[in-house]
Amino acid sequence: MTKFATKFDRFINSKSAGFVLPFIVTVLIFILWEVLTYALKIPAYNLPAPSAILTAMSLKGPALMENALQTLMTTLIGFGLSVVTGVILGFTIGYSKIAYMILYPILVGFNTIPKVALVPLFALWFGIGAVPSILTAFLLAFFPIAVNVSLGLDTVEPEMRDVLRSLGGSQMEFFKKIGIPHSMPYLFASLKVAVSFAFIGSVISETVASNKGIGYLVVSASSSFDIPLAFAGLLVLSVMGVILYAVFAALEKVVIYWAR
Amino acid sequence: MISVETFRGSDATMSSLPVLEFDRVGLEYLVDGKSQCIIEDISLTIAKGEFVSFVGPSGCGKTSILKMISGLAPAPIGTVNYHGVPITKPIPNVGVAFQSPVLMPWRNVLQNVMLPLEIVQPYKKDFKTRKPEFEEMANELLTTVGLQGFQKQFPWQLSGGMRQRVSLCRALIHQPELLLLDEPFGALDPFTREEMWVMLQSLWKRVNCTCVLITHDLREAVFLSDTIYVMAPRPSSIIYKLKVNLPRPTTIEMMLSDEFYHLVADLRRHIRRY
Repeated sequence: MTKFATKFDRFINSKSAGFVLPFIVTVLIFILWEVLTYALKIPAYNLPAPSAILTAMSLKGPALMENALQTLMTTLIGFGLSVVTGVILGFTIGYSKIAYMILYPILVGFNTIPKVALVPLFALWFGIGAVPSILTAFLLAFFPIAVNVSLGLDTVEPEMRDVLRSLGGSQMEFFKKIGIPHSMPYLFASLKVAVSFAFIGSVISETVASNKGIGYLVVSASSSFDIPLAFAGLLVLSVMGVILYAVFAALEKVVIYWAR
Repeated sequence: MISVETFRGSDATMSSLPVLEFDRVGLEYLVDGKSQCIIEDISLTIAKGEFVSFVGPSGCGKTSILKMISGLAPAPIGTVNYHGVPITKPIPNVGVAFQSPVLMPWRNVLQNVMLPLEIVQPYKKDFKTRKPEFEEMANELLTTVGLQGFQKQFPWQLSGGMRQRVSLCRALIHQPELLLLDEPFGALDPFTREEMWVMLQSLWKRVNCTCVLITHDLREAVFLSDTIYVMAPRPSSIIYKLKVNLPRPTTIEMMLSDEFYHLVADLRRHIRRY
């Protein structure tokens, strides 16, 4: 009995446990899902079994791939724009008290508008397709980045600032040597979240105002009662979302070696 | 071999030109609309190369005095003169160390120590070309404080005492004329503190700067200082000035002598808590 306990403990504390355990649990969930669907005789147009989903995936593989790439592209473009804007905005707010007083309330007010409501407007202005997707992705993602960057600047210890000031350092030097490095953990923490938001924004826009992308595919499949395909689309969505998050989580670990 | 002992408080060994001069300095805050006098009418001079301590209970404005000297918060009432010129903004050639080391966690020990050389002229403009020389300067300081070999470590890998030592090296690497210390050893245990006094003394001798120390520890003040000013609680003023007449350099053994204890007791008698 003791031998088993030690082996299990060793496994739990190992690095691979973080990957293997969720993987095993996910597989078990799918197996349970499959069994339940057959046992309870749930029809495929309500809840398809995983096997049906996989069949749909292999049949419509190329279509899924093409749409997935479309979503990925609009997500990443929107995300890229949001990083640039968010960082610039964040630094402006953190740097200037006036900018903070003017911009912050506007940003908060703007951010509380559900972007879903704006998508039809974008479609009207820019036509359906990639532009509303990129725009929605951008709008959802830039706010957390801006807030985090400005918070990073705000939380610099006054004593660290005093060390630089007592040496006669300029504001620029403060930003280069203290402000920016100090904000990095905050920025990277927000990137994980922002990329997920960008992804969500892109998909939302596609469900309403596009003829390409996974969002569009899910809606289109649902309306033609090809539920296994719709689920296949959702599965692809979740895999993409996890990968995007994981990429930025890993990037964070590398860049912020000192904050952990 | 005749060894020459320099006595503290001896004006013959120090330049007669004051580095710092306080002229009727005061400080007031507005509290609930009423102005509260924090510091009242401080006038004193600090000579070049002198080691001066300010002791007194918490909240009597000792940190404010350091801020006035460094120029981070110039004196609103009266003037503090640096080489005869009133201080209105951060003065050059100053090294500061606070109670918390405030090292930059994204830089290793060597990079933290070399920070002032990236900002202060004339080191700043030659930084790229003279970098090996600057690294040598940093290494020498680190060796003096017993941290040789720790150059590549990061602050989170060091103990509190070690971080404070790095902070002191950083305060001195640009050969400042003035070293300002705000309770730098307050967060350390008593035995580490005693080691730090010895180390600070050798650093001070090496760089040959004027040092102003704020502390609560009377033994620390007597160990390190030439002159000790006792401050009263608010409204603060200087209520006692003690010139320390112990031979240099001070050693741990000297702390156990009667003479040392008399000095500490003398200070203690003049401390008022309210």
